[in-house]
Amino acid sequence: MDYGTFRGIYTIVMIVVFVGIIWWAYSRQSKSKFDDAANSIFEEDKKADTEQKIEKD
Amino acid sequence: MSSTSSATPNYNFDVVKHFAIMAVIWGIVGMSVGVLIAAQLVWPELNFDTPWLTFSRIRPLHTNAVIFAFGGCALFATSYYVVQRTCQTRLFSDRLAKFTFWGWQAIIVSAVITLPLGYTSSKEYAELEWPIDILIAVVWIAYAIVFFGTIVKRKTSHIYVANWFYGGFILTVAVLHIGNSMVVPVSFMKSYSIYSGAVDAMMQWWYGHNAVGFFLTAGFLGMMYYFVPKQAERPVYSYRLSVVHFWALVSLYIWAGPHHLHYTALPDWTQSLGMVMSVILFVPSWGGMINGIMTLSGAWHKLRTDPILRFLIVSLSFYGMSTFEGPMMAIKSVNALSHYTDWTVGHVHSGALGWVAMVSIGSLYHLIPKVCGKEHMYSTKWINIHFWLATIGVVLYIVAMWISGVMQGMMWRAVNEDGTLMYSFVEVVEKTYFYHGVRWLGGCFVVCGMLLMLFNVYKTVSSDKRQDATNNLVPQAA
Repeated sequence: MDYGTFRGIYTIVMIVVFVGIIWWAYSRQSKSKFDDAANSIFEEDKKADTEQKIEKD
Repeated sequence: MSSTSSATPNYNFDVVKHFAIMAVIWGIVGMSVGVLIAAQLVWPELNFDTPWLTFSRIRPLHTNAVIFAFGGCALFATSYYVVQRTCQTRLFSDRLAKFTFWGWQAIIVSAVITLPLGYTSSKEYAELEWPIDILIAVVWIAYAIVFFGTIVKRKTSHIYVANWFYGGFILTVAVLHIGNSMVVPVSFMKSYSIYSGAVDAMMQWWYGHNAVGFFLTAGFLGMMYYFVPKQAERPVYSYRLSVVHFWALVSLYIWAGPHHLHYTALPDWTQSLGMVMSVILFVPSWGGMINGIMTLSGAWHKLRTDPILRFLIVSLSFYGMSTFEGPMMAIKSVNALSHYTDWTVGHVHSGALGWVAMVSIGSLYHLIPKVCGKEHMYSTKWINIHFWLATIGVVLYIVAMWISGVMQGMMWRAVNEDGTLMYSFVEVVEKTYFYHGVRWLGGCFVVCGMLLMLFNVYKTVSSDKRQDATNNLVPQAA
């Protein structure tokens, strides 16, 4: 395989991978998983708040 | 017991605190050196006729200090903070983390000593000579071990997007630094690159532009994805977009380097490729910027009362501005006007002072009280004053450089009917005096803001609320 053909195939592979990433990110079954991930940074505070409440009680 | 201190003992906030404080101190040092060299361009006698203070020697000191000392310490501090909190586990190794702190400070101090003495490899943003380069590589690998080790032992199932950006930044900077710093040493402080000619130039700007793309962008986007949602108290606008943002950004940035070498000995097709890739880069950059700013949708009122959030959101506006300007300047015909002029300098600073510095400052104001076991910074009013000093400083700086840069470009290319140059070089220099003065003034504003920040940080760290502070310190001393 010459260099040009290799680059051509490589480019197509990259396009497919990229479209795949978009498809995966925006697919319906990923939605809840990603929503959880987006909220995960607040979980720790909630946990700490509950601990605080227990201590006060 | 506050919520912060009850969660604190699990984490190593000691190293975060040290890096955060050093970020502020190195920020002041690096920006002050910037103000000095800006002043030298207006009043040349300010080099005091000593070789150690000439523009050529302390300009690299300025760039190294602000990028690697200020930006680097801010990245270490925030990445260690974010990776622990999002993985809900302590750093992989406290001793290795401590080593990265002292190693990084040693590198900075050796830069402060060697650059004014004239030791340089003459590669932009990679001026440090080979013994220091080796130390950088060792510290960086230790950093990678601490960071990725922490991710491996995480208590959460998902790896939060900020960590992807930090991880991409750490990995790529290791590859870039080691790749570009390959040299043949001829003596203790002198070496020659193993690359030569156009290949050397290409390697240099592959490194140089990805220092922008990964050191100054991906790492700070990691900050954005954690600190903007945290400070706004709402999740990121679209987590799905952040996934696409990450992969698009990291796969495109690596190709953009050749736009630094338009109309040089670099093959023409390589220049065009670099141009096309740089223009496409606009898309993920703005995707990320919109994702950050839109996180605030429905909560815009918070900008009125929270100067920390204002720092973060305005940093994103500057990010949007400079990532529009950058692709435009990468177009060959625009570059023919802008290259080698003050426009480039203005563009860099709208990115560096507007985006990188402001997002770091906002993030540091968020995390410093948390790692010190305090509720908030000593003075919110001072943060607000700092915000305005920084904003006025940056605007003065970039407007002055736009005018001066476009003027330079127009005057340099102006020709008489017989094809001779219309203006001599010194005539152009004379015209730029005023704008260089304005740039210097803008820099002074920025440094004043940083001094106020240092005072605020000092007051916060040493304030009397000892109860929280001792709770925080006990596990660290053990």
